[in-house]
Amino acid sequence: MIAQLASRLLQAIPVLLVVGFLSFAIFTYVGDPVSIMLGQNATPAMRIAMRHALGLDQPFLVQYWRFMARAIHFNFGLSYRLALPVSQLLLQRLPATTELVMTSAVLALAVGLPLGVYTGIRPNGFVSRSIMAGSLVGVSLPTFLLGILLILFFSVLLGWLPSFGRGHVVDFAHWSTGFLTVSGLRSLILPSITLGLFQMTLIMRLVRTEMLEVLRSDYIKFARARGLAPRVIYFGHALRNTLVPVITIVGLQIGGLIGFSIVTETVFQWPGMGLLLVQSIQNADIPVMSAYLLLIAVVFVVINLIVDILYYVVDPRLRVGR
Amino acid sequence: MSATVRAPGRLARAWDSDLAWSFRHSPVAVVSAAVVLACFIGAFGCNWLAPHDPFDLASLSLSNSFLPPVPLSGSSWSFVLGTDDQGRGVLSAIMYGTRISLIVGFAAIVLALGIGITLGLVAGYFGGITDAILMRTADVQLSFPSLLIALLVDGIVRALLPRGAQNALELYVLIFAIGIARWPQFARTVRGSTLVERGREYVMAARVIGIGPARIMASHILPNVLGPVLVLATINLGLAILDEATLSFLGLGLPPTQPSLGTLISNGNNFLYSGDWWITVFPGIVLAGMVLAINLLGDWLRDALNPRLR
Repeated sequence: MIAQLASRLLQAIPVLLVVGFLSFAIFTYVGDPVSIMLGQNATPAMRIAMRHALGLDQPFLVQYWRFMARAIHFNFGLSYRLALPVSQLLLQRLPATTELVMTSAVLALAVGLPLGVYTGIRPNGFVSRSIMAGSLVGVSLPTFLLGILLILFFSVLLGWLPSFGRGHVVDFAHWSTGFLTVSGLRSLILPSITLGLFQMTLIMRLVRTEMLEVLRSDYIKFARARGLAPRVIYFGHALRNTLVPVITIVGLQIGGLIGFSIVTETVFQWPGMGLLLVQSIQNADIPVMSAYLLLIAVVFVVINLIVDILYYVVDPRLRVGR
Repeated sequence: MSATVRAPGRLARAWDSDLAWSFRHSPVAVVSAAVVLACFIGAFGCNWLAPHDPFDLASLSLSNSFLPPVPLSGSSWSFVLGTDDQGRGVLSAIMYGTRISLIVGFAAIVLALGIGITLGLVAGYFGGITDAILMRTADVQLSFPSLLIALLVDGIVRALLPRGAQNALELYVLIFAIGIARWPQFARTVRGSTLVERGREYVMAARVIGIGPARIMASHILPNVLGPVLVLATINLGLAILDEATLSFLGLGLPPTQPSLGTLISNGNNFLYSGDWWITVFPGIVLAGMVLAINLLGDWLRDALNPRLR
């Protein structure tokens, strides 16, 4: 197992180097940082001084090396738009995005799994059919439209829930959390539903398909013949065997959640990294874009590793040495 | 009884084919096809069918702005679905917007198909180091959500363009960004089938008589690997339309002077809080309905072409 994980880690290194290279290329060759930072009226002497100060007069490989060395220390220079360190901007925004993505993932699992089990056990019932038909709409509705419709109903027409921002947050050292205040939790409801619905329907459909498959197998028939309680059969025997593909998809979908958090954060003006990225792209703020790319790559590599470890936890067959 | 039995015509043969039979017996497919067809007619006939020209500034009147849709008080039959802040008819804007959404979606998928098929054929046919490099690239790209890739490509290309040219070229930038973001799936599928086809006798025969690799790939292998790719393309068309709408909604797509469905929804979003819901909701319904219909058609096509499910 350790050998497998080590080889996974080794595979991740070229990926990070390639993404790092792209990130560096964007950082260095897109836009002209010198004229952006100095404005239109700079003299040529000022430009040369600035180029030297930024290290832009160095050879290519030297610049790449410096970029990666600084990236490891989480130093991505200054944002063109806000003139603040990029790392500070991203760290400020990290809690908001993490809390939103985690809540959505938990929501998607907590609702998607039971619904999937239910529709798998009773595939032809009226309730199951209604849920399946509803899920088809959920898959086709684009995230931003869902967010707008939720705002229209629950904020504008009914006035029940806030439509933007995080509400009151409580600060701990570098982390600001919305979990501890009523307004923070209320603000979280609509964005997390918006972000989680697609994943929820996906998990539900997947669990349903897997349950249908597993329930036909011999060992379930045997368990029934032994007279075990249905609850034990469904949750103890059947569900566990559906979990490997579910973990794969959930792991991949956390990446999807981070990607689509960009959209949700824009709809709800949620002050996370996604909103920062959109504002940075609109203003051609290259350092933020390249740092975001690299950070997301690291996050994805870590998620894939966690998914690999979870396989071993869930499926004892994999723990036996091959 | 007539003495001569006429060979059935092309149309009759198409009507009798397995695919057409499966289509006639699937109500979902028929309804979806009708919805998609209606969207196409509305979108590409908009010059003749739309009640107003939303781009004709002379015909716009601010006194017509924020009219509600028809059954509500203050509405006008001239603007069935109401008007937006500029006094543009929402129905006309939707028809013109659908055309732009469809054009971007189609062009992006054609681009993705072109790149994906070419690289997939090359990777599958030559194998070895070429294959490894191409497929690892595809793997890396597939581990990111395609929306994120499209977003970053769009952002980078915009930053590279001179300021004045950005709005004029935005349509092409969008097509490029979405197309680039979606090629790996096609490349993977084509590579998989090419690996199988490469070992067949007809490829060997073609090679023996001295046909070059380019021609073997294009005219011998390609026709045999195209089926699954086209099904994939149908499903991806819906997703590409959603990508475009999402990018435009984020303010990174088409400008308000050239509105797609996403731009219309984004524009209407500004007036949601004052209760003018129709500016957003109607383009949203059209977008969601069209994408749902395209997805259902894609699902049907996949099942109908899969012999194991018959």
